[in-house]
Amino acid sequence: MNLNSKIPEGPISDKWDNHRFSSKLVNPANKRKFRIIVVGSGLAGGSAAATLGELGYHVDCFCYQDSPRRAHSIAAQGGINAAKNYQNDGDSIYRLFYDTVKGGDFRSREANVYRLAQNSTNIIDQCVAQGVPFAREYGGLLANRSFGGAQVSRTFYARGQTGQQLLLGAYSALSRQISAGQVKMHTRSEMLDLVVVDGHAKGIITRNLATGEIKAWTADAVLLCTGGYGNVYYLSTNAIGCNVTATYRAYRRGAGFANPCFTQIHPTCIPVSGDHQSKLTLMSESLRNDGRVWVPKNPEDCNKDPNEISENDRDYYLERKYPSFGNLAPRDISSRSAKEACDEGRGVGPGGRGVYLDFADSISRLGESTIRERYGNLFQMYERITGENAYKRPMRIYPAIHYTMGGLWVDYNLMTTIPGCFALGEANFSDHGANRLGASALMQGLSDGYFVIPYTIGDYLASTGAGSISPDSSEVKEVMESVRQRIDLLTSCKGNRSSRSYHKQLGQIMWESAGMARNAPGLEKAIGQIQDLRDDFEKNLLVPGNSSNLNAELERAGRVRDFLDFGELLCRDALERNESCGGHFREEFQTEEGEATRDDENFAHAAVWEYKGDGSVPARHQEELKYENVKLAVRSYK
Amino acid sequence: MFSSSLGKKYLMALSGIVLVGFVLVHMAGNLQVFAGQEQINSYAHSLQSLPWFVLWGSRLILLSAILIHAWTAYSLIMENKAARPNTNDIEITKRAGWSSLRMGLTGSIILAFVVFHLLHFTIRLIYPEYSEMMTTVGSPDEREIHDAFSMIISGFKNDFVSVFYIVAMFLLCRHLAHGFSSVFQSLGIRSESWRKKLDLLSVAYAWIIFAGFSIVPLSVMAQKYQIFESYDSTFFPPSMEEPTPKHSKK
Amino acid sequence: MKLTLKVWRQDGNDSDGRFENYELDGVSEDSSFLEMMDQLNEQLLSQGIEPVLFDHDCREGICGTCSLTINGYAHGPEDSTTTCQLHMRKFRDGETITIEPFRAKAFPVVRDLVVDRSAFDRITQAGGFITVRTGSAPDGNALPVAKSDSDKAMDAAACIGCGACVASCKNASAMLFTSAKAGHLNLLPQGQAEKDKRVLAMVSAMDEAGFGNCRNYGECSAACPKDISLDYIAKLNRDHAKAKIKKFFS
Repeated sequence: MNLNSKIPEGPISDKWDNHRFSSKLVNPANKRKFRIIVVGSGLAGGSAAATLGELGYHVDCFCYQDSPRRAHSIAAQGGINAAKNYQNDGDSIYRLFYDTVKGGDFRSREANVYRLAQNSTNIIDQCVAQGVPFAREYGGLLANRSFGGAQVSRTFYARGQTGQQLLLGAYSALSRQISAGQVKMHTRSEMLDLVVVDGHAKGIITRNLATGEIKAWTADAVLLCTGGYGNVYYLSTNAIGCNVTATYRAYRRGAGFANPCFTQIHPTCIPVSGDHQSKLTLMSESLRNDGRVWVPKNPEDCNKDPNEISENDRDYYLERKYPSFGNLAPRDISSRSAKEACDEGRGVGPGGRGVYLDFADSISRLGESTIRERYGNLFQMYERITGENAYKRPMRIYPAIHYTMGGLWVDYNLMTTIPGCFALGEANFSDHGANRLGASALMQGLSDGYFVIPYTIGDYLASTGAGSISPDSSEVKEVMESVRQRIDLLTSCKGNRSSRSYHKQLGQIMWESAGMARNAPGLEKAIGQIQDLRDDFEKNLLVPGNSSNLNAELERAGRVRDFLDFGELLCRDALERNESCGGHFREEFQTEEGEATRDDENFAHAAVWEYKGDGSVPARHQEELKYENVKLAVRSYK
Repeated sequence: MFSSSLGKKYLMALSGIVLVGFVLVHMAGNLQVFAGQEQINSYAHSLQSLPWFVLWGSRLILLSAILIHAWTAYSLIMENKAARPNTNDIEITKRAGWSSLRMGLTGSIILAFVVFHLLHFTIRLIYPEYSEMMTTVGSPDEREIHDAFSMIISGFKNDFVSVFYIVAMFLLCRHLAHGFSSVFQSLGIRSESWRKKLDLLSVAYAWIIFAGFSIVPLSVMAQKYQIFESYDSTFFPPSMEEPTPKHSKK
Repeated sequence: MKLTLKVWRQDGNDSDGRFENYELDGVSEDSSFLEMMDQLNEQLLSQGIEPVLFDHDCREGICGTCSLTINGYAHGPEDSTTTCQLHMRKFRDGETITIEPFRAKAFPVVRDLVVDRSAFDRITQAGGFITVRTGSAPDGNALPVAKSDSDKAMDAAACIGCGACVASCKNASAMLFTSAKAGHLNLLPQGQAEKDKRVLAMVSAMDEAGFGNCRNYGECSAACPKDISLDYIAKLNRDHAKAKIKKFFS
């Protein structure tokens, strides 16, 4: 597998400029001869489709939702980083770059991150011009807030709905191109396979979810902007429909999959309340500024009313273990500590999977009205979901999966190992390393879509020339046939178990063995369990109805089928990475105090997996990561 | 200008304003009945003696306002029915009240009332003998004029007429309660800051119109059934026969 | 909890729909409404009945995919809440819950409770954007925007495009949606250049899609999970009238 990252020459600050100059251009009159497929309509896909359409390319954009405006980017709350330095507090492109590389625990590619920091300022300008209603100060200028992992205020936000507003901005740009006829939008269309002809990505096969029609679309390039794979854990903060199918199918067609084990777990989510649970809801991390995290010292107190547990019988474990950071310990560390406490049988709430986040001290110190002012909407949301009043009784929280740093391997041009197949946003692996900083996901999606792909795709297209293949060609028909067969397998099984039950079980295995803390025996066991589950799935799956109309069970079955394969790949990657870094914590690799131990000598690389056929173990390749600008260092929060 | 859905709303609002203003003037005129036969007759006569272009001009404006209001309403209702061909099994509302939901019903009944009312008092087809009710009371000179006062009293002595009149005025009140504030909403001349005041004003206006119009038939009925006396008792002979007031015939 | 669910089933927009009654036992009070629906579907699956189809995605009240008219209310009886955020503790044990699709001609039924809301996309495509080429924007702070304008624009921009306004309106009017989308951009200085064009284009796209007319009774705003105010409708009416007048005289 060729893993040439194509990092441009020159000092890091000049790389992107040099690259833009040396990239080939497509002449304006020729652009209309090229067809581009964009899969996904979130921040990355929406912005890419809009921008490429505007440049004059013919774009076909696909999304499984009923409208491009519903992609899950919409759910991001906090904000978007940009090195504007409007606060005059010492921010710079270099500092944003540095913070992101360090926050990623030194597992991201320097050149890509630097470019991301450079583009961050343009993103804000672009979004403001589109009418994104960012928060403003009384003077009418843009406001900023600070966010985890940074010592400067560089986060731009639109109340708690920044993702929504940025997505609506991209959606409005996309809508403009749709009405101009430059982009053809295909909603309720799910990509089920990638068409590769002579080693180049030339199209996709989709299923129209409303009519069941299987159709081939051909083009000169394919952009996968299909988000992350957090739903492999069944319960996550992702939308129900988020899935790995597009990127996993590309992987099966030859695209390398990088670092699947890098998943991020958010410490402040509302815990699972029972078997019925279908997803988890994130509560802003800001709650930890005024809440104290604790569990009962004695497991027998877990079912007591928390207000009746005396101060002496409480274990404020974060304050105890990390006296200097206390309740504000980083995401990965506080998540793991919560798990440890619950593993010891001291968890609270249904299933013993929860810890208290107590505001009693803050309320007595600051008064209930101050707390209400700061977090009123979050307390309200908590009450809506749990039925409990957090002013009177401590909140229960528990960590949940919410972002995946791993994804399709891409070079500096965002091209996967299949020429002509690009991956943007959360679907690729490049910018966040082993851990993503808050307010960086939105930045990356928009940077890739608005400001990177328009340049880098031209270089590819100019070198290949226009000429997409016919949807009726034999290569395309072959892929289409394999998609049909796969669907037939799902509908013809007629067993007795729903795809949801398999998904749930897979999620349990994944969470247990490849969740917040992982170890080799657990991962090996999980791989076996997943394989068994997959065999069972193939025998006993029940999909009702047929494939010729809207059939949610069939949709889920197809996604779960790919998750079953992918979960195994994730475990394999976690098993091979014999170190702890960022979101990947291997219990064997920790200090005596339980801190993560990174192994820079052996693992300062991206692990890239190559598909070798069903039943064969995939091949693991490495892209060495060179740190020329940021010095490798150990994180400490004691 | 008026072809779009919003254009039709502008038509409703603009014709509505004319009618809202008209009912107020009409009510002010009616209330003069309490000032006695002379006052109201002379007022009625002065209206009828307006220059022909003013009289027929205002009649034309009023008539077209009614026709535009009714026709636009009809066309909007048809469009609205088409826009939601299937109804819910449970039809329920959170905020919309009785009056705002039944503008079509109240409007239709009011329209029917207006037709009846015109036939009754203006065209005098229902009681042709009204045309005979002439008097010199209230006349600026010695010539005979229409005896509006007698027409009102005799008209409202009929229980059915009075009840129909009061019911219609109640429906008008309900219609106005929503319609008055809607004018401002539809024309976009309303903002958050005075929305509450406008809604209050709208309700107050509606009730004032109701009270002002209904008090006339109510007072006639009250005197007829000897509950309260507001008018010259000679218009209420004890026999309860048709009134034969002293000035009416030569 | 034990519930009786009266659920609308329909094979497609051209076929007739019908209600089916399902009994569901063992529902947790802590589950969300959609998790209850998941549970129903698992039960139907085991009984050999095709599961009920409904739209949903993020399940945290922001994507606007979920719909459902529950006991006559779009998104259920709880204020400021989407169906996915509605929890079963708001219902009584033993209750019969009626579940229907969002009904409007402009929202054709795809299957069961799933409707096609692409008309909203067409309204946005008509003019719900500011024309700005990628890369051509001036510095974000080059144009100050009054905080109050920015906040009002944000209030409008909070619309999640779920269609509850249409479903709750007896006329299936899309005015709240259209006015929120247009209002967001029209309030900002960036949006001024295309304001007139935008308003006219969006209103005509709305009319073409077959939505009904606004009757100002505010049911849309009462059902809106994001509490979008009727003021935006007043603003759209105003902006549209201005644009029409300007166009007439230009």
